[in-house]
Amino acid sequence: MTLPDDRRYSREHEWIRPEGDAGVIGLTRFAVDELGDIVYVELPAIGATLTQFASFGVVESVKAVSDLFAPASGVVLTVNEELRTRPELMNSDPHDAGWICRITLADSAELDALLEAPAYGELIGSE
Amino acid sequence: MTTADLRRTPLDAVHRALGARMVAFAGYEMPIRYTSELEEHRTVRSAVGLFDLSHMGEIGLSGPDASAFARFALVSDPGTLEPGQAQYSMLCAPDGGVIDDVIVYRTDPGYLVVCNAANHDAVVSHLAALLAELELDVRFEDRSEQTALIAPQGPRAAELLTGLTDIDLETIGKYRSTRGQVADVTCLVARTGYTGEDGFELFCATQDAQRLWEAVFRAGAEFGLLPCGLASRDTLRLEAGMPLYGNELGRDVNPYEANLGRVVKFDKGDFVGRAALEDIQRQGPHRRLVGLVMQDEGIARHGYPVVEAAVAGPPAEIGVVTSGSVSPTLGQRIGMALIRSEAAEVGRSVAVMIRDRPCRAEQVKLPFYRRPRPAEEPTT
Repeated sequence: MTLPDDRRYSREHEWIRPEGDAGVIGLTRFAVDELGDIVYVELPAIGATLTQFASFGVVESVKAVSDLFAPASGVVLTVNEELRTRPELMNSDPHDAGWICRITLADSAELDALLEAPAYGELIGSE
Repeated sequence: MTTADLRRTPLDAVHRALGARMVAFAGYEMPIRYTSELEEHRTVRSAVGLFDLSHMGEIGLSGPDASAFARFALVSDPGTLEPGQAQYSMLCAPDGGVIDDVIVYRTDPGYLVVCNAANHDAVVSHLAALLAELELDVRFEDRSEQTALIAPQGPRAAELLTGLTDIDLETIGKYRSTRGQVADVTCLVARTGYTGEDGFELFCATQDAQRLWEAVFRAGAEFGLLPCGLASRDTLRLEAGMPLYGNELGRDVNPYEANLGRVVKFDKGDFVGRAALEDIQRQGPHRRLVGLVMQDEGIARHGYPVVEAAVAGPPAEIGVVTSGSVSPTLGQRIGMALIRSEAAEVGRSVAVMIRDRPCRAEQVKLPFYRRPRPAEEPTT
C-alpha cells in the first residue's frame, strides 16, 4: 500500500495533512481495513477544541466502536458532512474523500511527534 | 491468548488464500470477513454465501438409552423426533440458566447435538457428569475434532447444491437432514442455519472439508456465491432475531426471558432444570428480550444500559442491550435488549445510553427480518 507523503501519521492510525495554518484529519487505510465496513461516524462539533492524542469522536464499523484520537491540537473549522450519509467513504477513499475534519493547527511543532510516511509504513508492517 | 494457542479449522489455508481477515473466536482463528461484511450480508439475503463453521462442537449420542438421556439433558423433547428431523434446544442448569443452545438432529442411529464452539468444553463436561450420575446405556462421542461444517446459506443455496448431489433436496424440509454425497463427499446434509434464509449445513469428515468447500465454491460462481465471515453471520442472525449465546443467552438468562419458552417441554417427565423452569413459567420472567429500532442517532451495542424514555430526573435503568448493529437489509440501526417485563411492550419507546447520552429507540416485534416465502416472491 502506498502512503501519501504530504502528511504525518499517528501511532493511533490517524493522518493529518497540513494546509497552511490548518490541518485536515482522517483515518489511515490500515485502520479502516482493520475496522471493516464503517457505518457511523460521530463527528466533532465545529468550534470544538481538540487536544493532541485525546479522543475527539467515534467511528463505528459493523462490529466495533473505536475512538478517534486527535493527531494534533486545534479548533475544528469544518467537518466532512458527507460522512453523515456516506460513512463508507472512509473505506473507499480513506486518505482523501474520507477525511474527517479540518482544524486550526495550534502548534505546528506538535507534528514532530508524528511519523512520516516511511516510518508509519514500517509501524503497520510490523503490526 | 497468543495466536499460537489458537486452533485452526481444516479450511484455514483456504481462508488465507481468499484474503480473509482472521480473528480469535472461541479459541479458534476464524475468518471475520473476506472483503466487505455488508456485501457478504447482502449476498446471503439475495444469492448465496458460504460459511466455514467447523469450530462448532458435534456430540453424538447413541445406544439403547440415547433418547432417554437426550430428553433428560435437554429442555426440549428430542424423543418426538423422527429420524431425519432436527430441533432447536437448550441445555439448562438446575436453576434454569442456559448452559448452551444447540441443534439436536435425530440421526439413525441416535442423535447429533451441535453446540457453540465457545461452550464445547462446558457442554461436554456437563453431559459427561450427567451420564456418570445416571444408570443409562448411552454411547457418548465427542466428534468435534473429526467433523467439519460448511454452510451454504441463501435463497440460491438449494439451486447450487442440486448440481452437486443426487439427493432430492425437495425432500429435505426446514429442520430436516439426510445422509448422502455432495461433490462425492459423504455428508450429513441438513436444512438448518443461522441466517434467517433458506440454506444448508453440510457436516463432513475433517479430511474432506477442503474438497467439499472448493466444489461448492466453484459451483457457486454462477449463483453469485461469496465466502462469508463471522461479521456477516452476526448481522444476519440479528436481523432474524436469533439469540447468540454470550449476548442474549447465558448462565444468568433463562429460556423464558429470551422468549424461548416454547422450546421447553414439560410433558416428557423429569429433566435438568425442570423445577426452576416451572416456577419461572408460572410466575412469568422478570425480564424479556425485546427488539429495538433506534430513532435517535447512534448504534446500540452489547452492554449499553437501557433506560426509561423521557422521564424527568436521572433516567432509571430498566435493562441492557444484548446485541446491536446496523441492519443492512432494513437500513435501520437495530438491537436486542433484555429489559424489565413491565417495561417490555411493542411500540413503547425506551432510551439506550450511548456514551452517556440517552438515545431514543422503539420496541418492535422480533424478528426484524423474515425471509419472503417463495409464494410471495414476484414471478418473473
